[in-house]
Amino acid sequence: MSDKPLSLEHVSHSFGASKVFEDLSLEIERGEFVAIVGPSGCGKTTLLNLLSGYLRPTSGVIRREGATRMVYQSDGLFPWLTVRENIALGLRHLKEGKLSEAQLKDLLELIRLEGFSEHYPHQLSGGMRQRVELARALAGEADVLLMDEPFSSLDYQTRLRMRRMLVRVLTERPRTVVFVTHDIEEAAQLADRILVLSERPAHLISELRVQVERPRDPTHPAVVSTVKTILDELGLRESASELAEVK
Amino acid sequence: MKEKSSLVRTYILPLGVALIFIALWAALSAIQVFPKSAFPSPLDVVYGFREEIRTGRLWDDLVASLFRVSMGFVLAVVLSVPLGLLLGHAAAARAALLPAVNFFRSLSPLAWIPFAILWFGVGDLPVVFLIFMATFFSLVLAVIAAVANIPSVYFRVAADYGFRGWSLLWNVTLPAIMPQIITALRVTAGVAWLVVVAAEMIAGRDGLGFAIWDARNGLRTDLLVCGMIVIGIIGVLLDRLLVRLTRLPSVRWGYER
Repeated sequence: MSDKPLSLEHVSHSFGASKVFEDLSLEIERGEFVAIVGPSGCGKTTLLNLLSGYLRPTSGVIRREGATRMVYQSDGLFPWLTVRENIALGLRHLKEGKLSEAQLKDLLELIRLEGFSEHYPHQLSGGMRQRVELARALAGEADVLLMDEPFSSLDYQTRLRMRRMLVRVLTERPRTVVFVTHDIEEAAQLADRILVLSERPAHLISELRVQVERPRDPTHPAVVSTVKTILDELGLRESASELAEVK
Repeated sequence: MKEKSSLVRTYILPLGVALIFIALWAALSAIQVFPKSAFPSPLDVVYGFREEIRTGRLWDDLVASLFRVSMGFVLAVVLSVPLGLLLGHAAAARAALLPAVNFFRSLSPLAWIPFAILWFGVGDLPVVFLIFMATFFSLVLAVIAAVANIPSVYFRVAADYGFRGWSLLWNVTLPAIMPQIITALRVTAGVAWLVVVAAEMIAGRDGLGFAIWDARNGLRTDLLVCGMIVIGIIGVLLDRLLVRLTRLPSVRWGYER
């Protein structure tokens, strides 16, 4: 096994006449947490779909090692199954595809949902449902987690708690993570590396590394300065002179 | 306190309304708004029931009607669900068949009565046929709509976790449409119960529809009302029975969003 579970070489992709990516190359290291940010509609989700193998690129090569698991935005749980049954789906592809009591207990403890194994998703809050999704993705022992704006449907405070939980879960069960988000702060708080995409056809505007250990506070200077840099890259930062005028 | 008020609401209040209704009925028959032969008193109906219980005829009619409704309805469900699933997934088949399904759905099932008798004579078969025609097309449409409403993320997740073919159908598609199917079953079972009465009036030799038609021909309006009461009660019970399906834990989500 190489140290690069995922790589893209000169990948272009289009839906009919509309080009989504042009000549995109990137490599993701084992155990790395990569966040992808960019304007809405720039093809972040398409990129995840290419990485997961759900879509085939129009041209270029995608290399994938080991299993990947997708965590969806919301409502990716089957509402007719209990928490236990939903998590058990994560093991479906394995030969010994049975969720043992011990495994289930560990996972529920990990996401702090002990005692909820027989609940149905509609009986849980949005944050709890996303935690179950995460547990399901972790259950299969896949090496790579592809997360498609997993916290975007939650309110801000729940989102902060979910970020903290994700960091804790990843220290206990290390995974390679590709995390798509429109939330720049979230990217700066969580990721080792942040890829900033342009509008369509998307190309890499810049690649930032955040060298601070996790967990990081959203007000940590490194996080704040990363947010500033990304806003600059996306042309979203109010210039100093405009701020002065407001005063 | 709360339990007491719910007791009042579920039993005492409806019972009170029923008593008022019966009193009104008794008053109307006493002052003879309609001639006595056309308007039985509540007491006449009680005697009517006693007679029906003694002869056992109403019971036989009830069994006959329930049998026909079950046959026609089960046949419609068993055939409509696969067809609806097929049409829900195959756009070409849907384009080809949907107008026809809509046409037959809009056609009153009672319009089939002449053909039902010409083809199947009198008895169980024409009535079963009419119940089938009354429910099959609505059910097909309900299944198509339910399939169209399945969020695409379920199919993505299903693909991620290796559901394909029959296991996809059994573990994802069917549970995803189950709440809407149960609602459609309730509606169409109600329709089936309406249709059986009309169908038996014309194409039956027995059954509740035939019983009230026969009572009218014999000018036994007391027995006619007995039949009406049984038809109404069974209709309500039928729906209560199907409501139970909505309480299954694996479909509750469909009603609580």
